[in-house]
Amino acid sequence: MPVFDLATTELRDLNASLHALDKDGGNEEFEVTNPRGAHAVAVGIDAPVDVQIKGSVGYYCAGMNETANITVHGNAGPGVAENMMSGKVVIKGDASQYAGATAHGGLLVIEGNASSRCGISMKGIDIVVKGNIGHMSAFMAQSGNLVVLGDAGDALGDSLYEARLFVRGTVKSLGADCIKKDMRPEHIEILAKLLSDAGITDVKPEEFTRYGSARQLYNFNIDNADAY
Amino acid sequence: MRSAETMLSAQKQDQTMSHKHPVTTPRKSATFDDYTLSEIRRAAATGIYDIRGSGAKRKVPHFDDLLFLGASMSRYPLEGYREKCETAVTLGTRFAKKPIELKIPITIAGMSFGSLSGPAKEALGRGATLAGTSTTTGDGGMTEEERGHSETLVYQYLPSRYGMNPRDLKRADAIEIVIGQGAKPGGGGMLLGQKISDRVAHMRNLPKGIDQRSACRHPDWTGPDDLEIKIQELREITDWQKPIFIKVGGARPYYDVALAVKAGADVIVLDGMQGGTAATQEVFIEHVGQPTLACIRPAVKALQDMGMHRKVQLIVSGGIRNGADVAKALALGADAVSIGTAALVAIGDNDPKWEEDYNALGTTAGAYDDWHEGRDPAGITTQDADLMKRVDPIAAGRRLANYLKVMTLEAQTIARACGKNHVHNLEPEDLCALNIEAAAMAGVPLAGTSWIPGQGGF
Repeated sequence: MPVFDLATTELRDLNASLHALDKDGGNEEFEVTNPRGAHAVAVGIDAPVDVQIKGSVGYYCAGMNETANITVHGNAGPGVAENMMSGKVVIKGDASQYAGATAHGGLLVIEGNASSRCGISMKGIDIVVKGNIGHMSAFMAQSGNLVVLGDAGDALGDSLYEARLFVRGTVKSLGADCIKKDMRPEHIEILAKLLSDAGITDVKPEEFTRYGSARQLYNFNIDNADAY
Repeated sequence: MRSAETMLSAQKQDQTMSHKHPVTTPRKSATFDDYTLSEIRRAAATGIYDIRGSGAKRKVPHFDDLLFLGASMSRYPLEGYREKCETAVTLGTRFAKKPIELKIPITIAGMSFGSLSGPAKEALGRGATLAGTSTTTGDGGMTEEERGHSETLVYQYLPSRYGMNPRDLKRADAIEIVIGQGAKPGGGGMLLGQKISDRVAHMRNLPKGIDQRSACRHPDWTGPDDLEIKIQELREITDWQKPIFIKVGGARPYYDVALAVKAGADVIVLDGMQGGTAATQEVFIEHVGQPTLACIRPAVKALQDMGMHRKVQLIVSGGIRNGADVAKALALGADAVSIGTAALVAIGDNDPKWEEDYNALGTTAGAYDDWHEGRDPAGITTQDADLMKRVDPIAAGRRLANYLKVMTLEAQTIARACGKNHVHNLEPEDLCALNIEAAAMAGVPLAGTSWIPGQGGF
C-alpha cells in the first residue's frame, strides 16, 4: 500500500502518483499521513482508487474527483470535493464553506457539520450531511440532492433551480424562490437510497421535509424585482 | 375673469401673430436626445431594463487619439520588404511546463457556445488556427467542434462553472480564470430563454427555455488570497502543465494586475469597457468600467513595479480593430491583444447584405446588438438552426484568417517604420497623443509638446 507522509513528501509527488493510476481499476489503496491542513490534497484523480487521508485537510481536497473513493479522517477546509464528477468522498469530521460546490456527480458524505454555502451551484452531486449546514446553502443549485439530518441556516436554496433539498431538522429561513414541497413516494425512494449509500440506517426518509424551487424566477418579470 | 368669447379672440390674435414672426428651428435637447427619449419610452412601456450585446458605444478616448512618430534623424527604420520584424509571442513562461506559442500577438477572446452558434465557433477556430493563434471558450464549456478546430484552445474557468469538468481542463492548452470583463466589471452572465436550446440546456444542466443567470462571483473563493489556493489546485489537477490566465475587466487596473500576479497568474487578460459581451444591461455596459486606453499604463506599471513585466504576459482587449490599434497597445506595454467584436465582424456579423432582415428587427446593419434575442440575421449570435446555416465555417474561417494577417502586417509596418525588429520593441516613446485626455491616459506627450498631463509641469 503506497503511503505518502506529507510531512516529508511533496504534495506534487502525491498528486502526480494519483494521476498516474490505471483508469481501468485494480489500484492499491493509498494512505496519506500528516496532511496538516494542506490544500489541494488528492485533487484531479481520474481512476478508481481508495484514498485514506489520516488527518485534517485545507482547501479543495478531492477537487474535481472522478471515480475515486476518498476518506478524510479529520476535518476538511473550504471547497471539499468541489466540481466532483463521480466517486465518493467521506469527511469524518466537519467541512468548511462551499462543500461540494458546482459538483456534477458522485456522493459527498459529511459526518459532522457543514458550513455556509454547502452545495452552492451544485450540478448533479448528492450530498449527505449528518449534522447541520450553514447559511446560503444550495445557492443557485441546479440539480442533484442535498440531504441534511440536522438543521439548515438562513436563506436555504436561494435562487434554486432543479436540485432537491431534504432537511430533517429546522430551516432558519428559505431563500428567494425556495419553497417547501410534498414528499411523494418517488422522493421517499430517492432519499432511502441516498441514506443507505451514506451508510445511515437509524433515520427514516419520512422524517425529512423536501424543499425545491417555486420556479417563479425562471423568466425575468419586473414585478419580482424585490425578490432579488 | 374673461368671457369665453374674449379668450377665443385672444387665441385668434396669437395665431395671427405667429404668422407675422419667423419661427425658430425646432431644437432637441442635448441632454434629452432622441436615443434618451426612446429609452425612457421603452422603459415605461416594458418595465424592464434594456439588455443588449456588444460593448460601450459611447465615444471614449481610444487608440485613434494616439499617433506614432516614426523614424527620422535620430533613429533609422527597417526595410519593409527585406528586414524581419518578428511577431511571435509566448504566453505562460512563469510557471507552466507547457507555455503556448503563438505566431501573432492577436488572440481570439472568450465567446461561448450558446451565445454563438456552432458554425460561428467553428469559423473562429478555423480562422485562428490558420493564422497561428488561439481561441477561447466561454460560459457553457468546451464543445467537441471547438476543441477539434482550434489548434490552441484556452478554456475559461467561470463563476457559473457550466460544463466545467476535469477532462476538458486537461485537454485545454491554457486555463483562463474569469474574474470580470470590460463590458461589465462586477457583473455576471446572462443567456435568455430564447437561446437555451436542448443542446445548450444540456451543456449547462438547466431546464430548457429559462433565463439563465450566470453568477458574478466564483462560488468557492472570494479574494486574491484564496484565489491563490484555487490556482494551486488547478495546477495540481493539470500537473503544472497549463498556463493559467486571469481575466479582469477595466476596473482598478494597477491593483487588479498586482493582485493577479500575487495570486499566481502566468498571463493577465485586461479587458476595457469597449470589450463586448453576449448580453447584459445597457446601463452596465455604458456606465461601469474604464476605457481600454486608460487601463494599459497602470497595468504595465504594476508589472514593472513588481519586476514582472514580460515575465507575466499582459493581453489587452476592448476595441482592437486594426494593426495600428495592435501596435499602439503593444507600444504601451502589452504582450498581445485579443479581439472579440472585430472577429465576429470578420466572420459576417452586422453585414449589410442582411440589411432587410436587420430592418425587420427594427435596426440596421452596424447597429444590431440584440444578440441575446437569438434572431441574428447573420447566423452568429443565435441557436436557430436555419439562421446559423448562413455561416459557412470554412469561408468565414478564411475571412478571419485574412483579417488577422492584415492586422499583423499593419502592426509590422508600423514597427518597422519605428525601427523595431520585433513588435514587442515598440515603446511609449514612439507615441504622441492628439488630445489632453489621451495624453494623460496613455502617459505619452501631447503632440507638439513635451507635456504628459498628470506627470507634472505644464
